[in-house]
Amino acid sequence: MAIAPPDGALRFPVLVSGRRRSAIPGFGLTLGVTVTALCLVVLIPLAAILARAAGMGLHGFVQAAFSARALHAYALSFTASVIGASVNAVFGLLTAWVLVRYAFPGRAVLNALVDLPFALPTAVAGVALAGLYGGQGWIGRFAAPLGLKLAYNEVGVVIALTFVGLPFVVRTVEPVLRDLAVDVEEASASLGANRLQTLARVILPALAPAWITGFALAFARAVGEYGSVIFIAGNMPYRTEIAPLLITIELEQFDYGSASAIAAVMLGVAFTMLLVINLVQTWSRRFA
Amino acid sequence: MADDPAGAVHLSGDKLLTPELTRPPIAVSLKEVRKRFGRFAALDGVDLTIEPGELLALLGPSGSGKTTLLRLIAGLDFPDSGQVRFGGADVTLAHAAQRGVGFVFQQYALFRHMTVAKNIAFGMDVKPRRERPSGAERRARVQTLLELVQLDGLGARYPSQLSGGQRQRVALARALAVSPQILLLDEPFGALDASVRKSLRRELRRIHDATGVTTVFVTHDQEEALDLADRIAILNGGRIEQLGGPQAVLDAPASAFVAGFVAQANRIAGEVRQGLFTTPGATLPASGLADGPAIAFVRPHDLAPVAESAGGIAVRVQRVTPRGGLLWLECVAAEGLVLDAAVARKDVQPPVPGEPIRLALTGGHVFADPG
Amino acid sequence: MSLARIASDEPPWARRVAIAVAVGFVGLMLVLPLALVFAQALSRGLGASLAALKDPDALSAVRLTLTTAALAVPVNAAFGLCASWAIAKHEFAGKSLLVTLIDLPFSVSPVVAGLAYVLVFGLQGWLGPWLEAHNIKIIFATPGILLATVFVTFPFIARELIPLMQAQGTDEEEAAISLGASGLTTFWRVTAPNIRWGLLYGVLLCNARAMGEFGAVSVVSGHIRGVTDTMPLHVEILYNEYDFVGAFSVAALLCLLAVATLALKALLERLQPASEAHGR
Repeated sequence: MAIAPPDGALRFPVLVSGRRRSAIPGFGLTLGVTVTALCLVVLIPLAAILARAAGMGLHGFVQAAFSARALHAYALSFTASVIGASVNAVFGLLTAWVLVRYAFPGRAVLNALVDLPFALPTAVAGVALAGLYGGQGWIGRFAAPLGLKLAYNEVGVVIALTFVGLPFVVRTVEPVLRDLAVDVEEASASLGANRLQTLARVILPALAPAWITGFALAFARAVGEYGSVIFIAGNMPYRTEIAPLLITIELEQFDYGSASAIAAVMLGVAFTMLLVINLVQTWSRRFA
Repeated sequence: MADDPAGAVHLSGDKLLTPELTRPPIAVSLKEVRKRFGRFAALDGVDLTIEPGELLALLGPSGSGKTTLLRLIAGLDFPDSGQVRFGGADVTLAHAAQRGVGFVFQQYALFRHMTVAKNIAFGMDVKPRRERPSGAERRARVQTLLELVQLDGLGARYPSQLSGGQRQRVALARALAVSPQILLLDEPFGALDASVRKSLRRELRRIHDATGVTTVFVTHDQEEALDLADRIAILNGGRIEQLGGPQAVLDAPASAFVAGFVAQANRIAGEVRQGLFTTPGATLPASGLADGPAIAFVRPHDLAPVAESAGGIAVRVQRVTPRGGLLWLECVAAEGLVLDAAVARKDVQPPVPGEPIRLALTGGHVFADPG
Repeated sequence: MSLARIASDEPPWARRVAIAVAVGFVGLMLVLPLALVFAQALSRGLGASLAALKDPDALSAVRLTLTTAALAVPVNAAFGLCASWAIAKHEFAGKSLLVTLIDLPFSVSPVVAGLAYVLVFGLQGWLGPWLEAHNIKIIFATPGILLATVFVTFPFIARELIPLMQAQGTDEEEAAISLGASGLTTFWRVTAPNIRWGLLYGVLLCNARAMGEFGAVSVVSGHIRGVTDTMPLHVEILYNEYDFVGAFSVAALLCLLAVATLALKALLERLQPASEAHGR
């Protein structure tokens, strides 16, 4: 008696070996709902993009997806995302360390605040950052006399992408750091290692998979980010135009083909990042 | 409430429990049962009949399939092929909820958000309305069971407020509350301290005798199985190697695996020639065994120090440890073979470490050496 | 855990510097923007700010945002419960692929998600002609906004429940079933009480994202003032019209939502029983 997914569910590779599989009921129904919803909400719409891009033919696709303007947008998106994720890797690790290891007044508030970019609408972040770093802003007005321009250029993009990626490194490193057995550090110390050696040779290697995962998550989030960037970027073609913005511009001109071609490239990046994150997770399980 | 059913119960261990606490015991039989997990054959053709009312142990090392077998009987897993019968009924594909089994999980699986009383009553509370006992009946039943497992007065506690042994008793009472046709326990004492384990073992025997329910428990502890069970099924590699009473598996092991697993044994390599096992310095009868290399499984108490003139295996004593009325001698024979001998302390003058002695074989079980 | 003992291994000055840098970083990156929003919103006084919020277009944006969240969150809760039941309580081939695909919306740009819906439901899209013929409007209308919101919040509740239910194992469910409980009874009486905190947590985060989504909604909304304008979109419109008090007033309202979300989240983490906490 095989439990088949209900009609309407796309056939998912489910091995129903021989007879009944599980004593816990509801498998067919819940898996059916899950797969159906996943297809309807996520997979079929995303497939529409790939279908549209494929419909352009190779030549048309390459022309749209890798036009000079698009290449510029990718370069900005990726570079700014790497810089933003790197800043977060450094400060996120430090913040996680401080949150886990030190007791100080205001720790609970700091802990709660770290998640702000998850909870704050990106448009709000965008207008707030533009207000802060613009020429008249609280910070911008002090930078301007020094000849530093922090908004409406590449720096502004990096600032926005740093903001949206901030929680990822903290929240992936934190639980690993908390579970890191104290006795491992004590063992290291008892074997004659000083604090820095223990940090570099024992603690950091143990944190590495989580750290890399956090970096990758922050990067993936930043590459796709739109709302917080457009207010502070200046949005000049060939200079401060990020890839997601280019998609909306193509859309506004009803050039669905070009929009889909660029979106297909972005989807490719998203898939790659998912794959990388999964590989890092698998790799880190070696130690578990 | 003079005629409250709980009032009629005497918990002395006699079969004076209310009859509805258990249904009449039934036999359970498995025929050619196979179960694979991926490429791993957890059960590789198991035939087993459990007699009504008996207390059976499934004994084996980890990975031998004993827990899988128990879960197949419970209906928590389903065989790839073969048949499971309860009495006359084929229940191979019947859902756990329909089988009327009581299952006690290794980690107890108590509902952590329910009190002890609610946990015990759960099986009655989820019955369809027309089969459900009245509130008073359910409360009385819970009370009876609390007394049976000696947790009287703890009904309002939460599982997190109980000790491991107490949780185990709640799990047992909860399983018994549904009047199971058969009671199944997965490593019932595995998570407990040694001292608690011993007293709960006796407790389980008492409850089994009081309720008369057919009971199967899984264990990897030989002593536990020998101490508690009426019969023992010894599993290895997804097959039953032997099924028999404690005496039988100890005195007449059916295979080399059983001989080595049910009790500590020295493995002495030798040769069988015409029904006689020979190793340098000793022999053992091995009737019915084909000629060839063989291994004798010799328990420590079947090794006895003898005078040099009487032959025996030449060994050197390494350590001498008194244990109760016994003296354990850890000896090394030629080629580094370590032999443990146990002798009554009053029978011998303790040898000193380093002393060469001779050990005679007074018994043992010989099996062909598979190479 | 001997926090103090470990901490004392670093010299006090190093500890102080580390704390100062972390607090400084978070203050600069997160607290300052938050403060700026409120300062700007109140720059002409509380009255001007409240007046901006009472504007009919602003009110309509609030209404649309609340409606969208009120529909998207239950849909995702139902999905999350189904997905976590199938994934955490059963074994099947392809499970890790399924989990990865559920995570997909996390790493897809919201703009790409919006475009995907335009390509399916838009005038030129797969279903466009059929929808047009039956006079059903999805893109540039509320249903499109709802769909886009469901997409971007799709993994939130499932991601919260799957690890939780996996950590809790299947013993209690199997115990309930062996005692004669049906599947639904088992879920309601045994599983649900064990996951309610995790579910609440997921709902909270899902709601914050649903109310705040900008990119995906921006693509499918059409920006029709007073009709398909959500609060985040309204912030953009007002900002581009140089109505800074208005823009920052609506933004401040969204900030309050974010701060309330964080406060509730902290409270949940404190109240959550240890049995349900899992590495966060």
